[in-house]
Amino acid sequence: MKSFFILIGRDLRLSIRHRADTIMVAGFFAITVILFPFGIGPEPGVLERVGAGILWVTALLASLLSLDHLFSDDEQDGALDLLLTAPVAPTTVVAAKITAHWLTTGLPLTLLAPILGVALQMPSESTLPMITALLIGTPTLSLIGAVGAALTLGARRRGVLLPLVILPLYIPILIFGVGAIDTSGMGFDANGLFAVLGGFLLMAAALCPWAAAVALRIATE
Amino acid sequence: MHAFANPTRFLKLAAVIQPWAIGLCIFCFAIGLPMAVVFSPPDYQQGETVRIMYIHVPSAWMGLFAYGVMAAGSASYLIWRHPVANMIAKASAPIGAMFTALCLLTGMLWGEPMWGTPWVWDARLTSMLVLFFLYLGYMALGDAFDSPEQGDKAAAILALVGSVNLPIIKFSVDWWNSLHQPSIFSMAGVSVDSAMLPPLFLMVGAFQFYYVVVVLMRVRAQVLAAKVRAARLMRAA
Repeated sequence: MKSFFILIGRDLRLSIRHRADTIMVAGFFAITVILFPFGIGPEPGVLERVGAGILWVTALLASLLSLDHLFSDDEQDGALDLLLTAPVAPTTVVAAKITAHWLTTGLPLTLLAPILGVALQMPSESTLPMITALLIGTPTLSLIGAVGAALTLGARRRGVLLPLVILPLYIPILIFGVGAIDTSGMGFDANGLFAVLGGFLLMAAALCPWAAAVALRIATE
Repeated sequence: MHAFANPTRFLKLAAVIQPWAIGLCIFCFAIGLPMAVVFSPPDYQQGETVRIMYIHVPSAWMGLFAYGVMAAGSASYLIWRHPVANMIAKASAPIGAMFTALCLLTGMLWGEPMWGTPWVWDARLTSMLVLFFLYLGYMALGDAFDSPEQGDKAAAILALVGSVNLPIIKFSVDWWNSLHQPSIFSMAGVSVDSAMLPPLFLMVGAFQFYYVVVVLMRVRAQVLAAKVRAARLMRAA
């Protein structure tokens, strides 16, 4: 457990020293969301209706962008081999990296979303559901994404391959994430949808670190 | 099962099964297809469009079945390093992808006159589309590495991760309100007229045997390709 937090600390320190990466993901998220009012037209009714979907799709793409160097930076400078041969379970290493990834992408995106929700003219009642849904959903994105990042480590044409492998598995989270925001925005009870999102998170937390660790071992063989 | 980890021994078995599978496949098509297209009764609501079901249901079943085989083969490859299981998994992927695409296409053709729309974003259709993309991802990932073994293993893990989708597809019509019909076969019994069952079963059988024939052909081709590669390396060395 101690090594888990040490590893998270290491990754967080690294990302603070390479601030640009984290800022870039948040910047990509903000600027892509802001493109939609221009593309769709600024009528309040339309934007209000599609706002939750835009936020989720963009958050999904933003987290996909940052997955590219989740393991590859460590692989290139050789740190990954050391981490995997260290007397720590590979699943611990992977779980720590996933947590750090969420802290540097999922969490900033979640905090940024309410501000962008205002830009998309979303009703104020959906702010709290939006934060909750993203808070439950984005860790799942990091977890599933880590499996994809580990599987495609060392592959050719990685940039196209990663979305092809990951995005189909992201679809359920997108469906229930948007559903939860929309349903509670309309004033209905959305507890069931949040519970499904939570279920996805628990399932992914149980399976993904393990799958990613196996994939990493294969990639570094 | 481990006896057939030897590709040559597996090919011997395959050579015995192959003619039977071809014969049964032709037999089922020869009887099932005319029954399905001409002799079976039209539906009291859907009219003649019900005949699309005789292609749609077997291809949906085969799309799921091929993924199940792929996941099981991938698991035995990862656990026991069973080489033939991996070849069967790899051979299943393009066939399963084709059946899934066929299922989606026939569903759209049927949906246009019956539902008034070829596509709705409900759970059954969406999860089937996800299955199609999982097949594509599996094939792309397997080909993306310089070392074929590394690609095989990565793709095998992806196949296992993606298998969470199978129960979702199966139960999507029970869990969510869907425009898609519930399953024909359920605990409560069969929900179609008994005259429609023989052609349906024959078509399922025909598709199933077609799958066996093509999988065995593809595995054979993979074994031979591996032999050719080994021979070339020997000569080069």
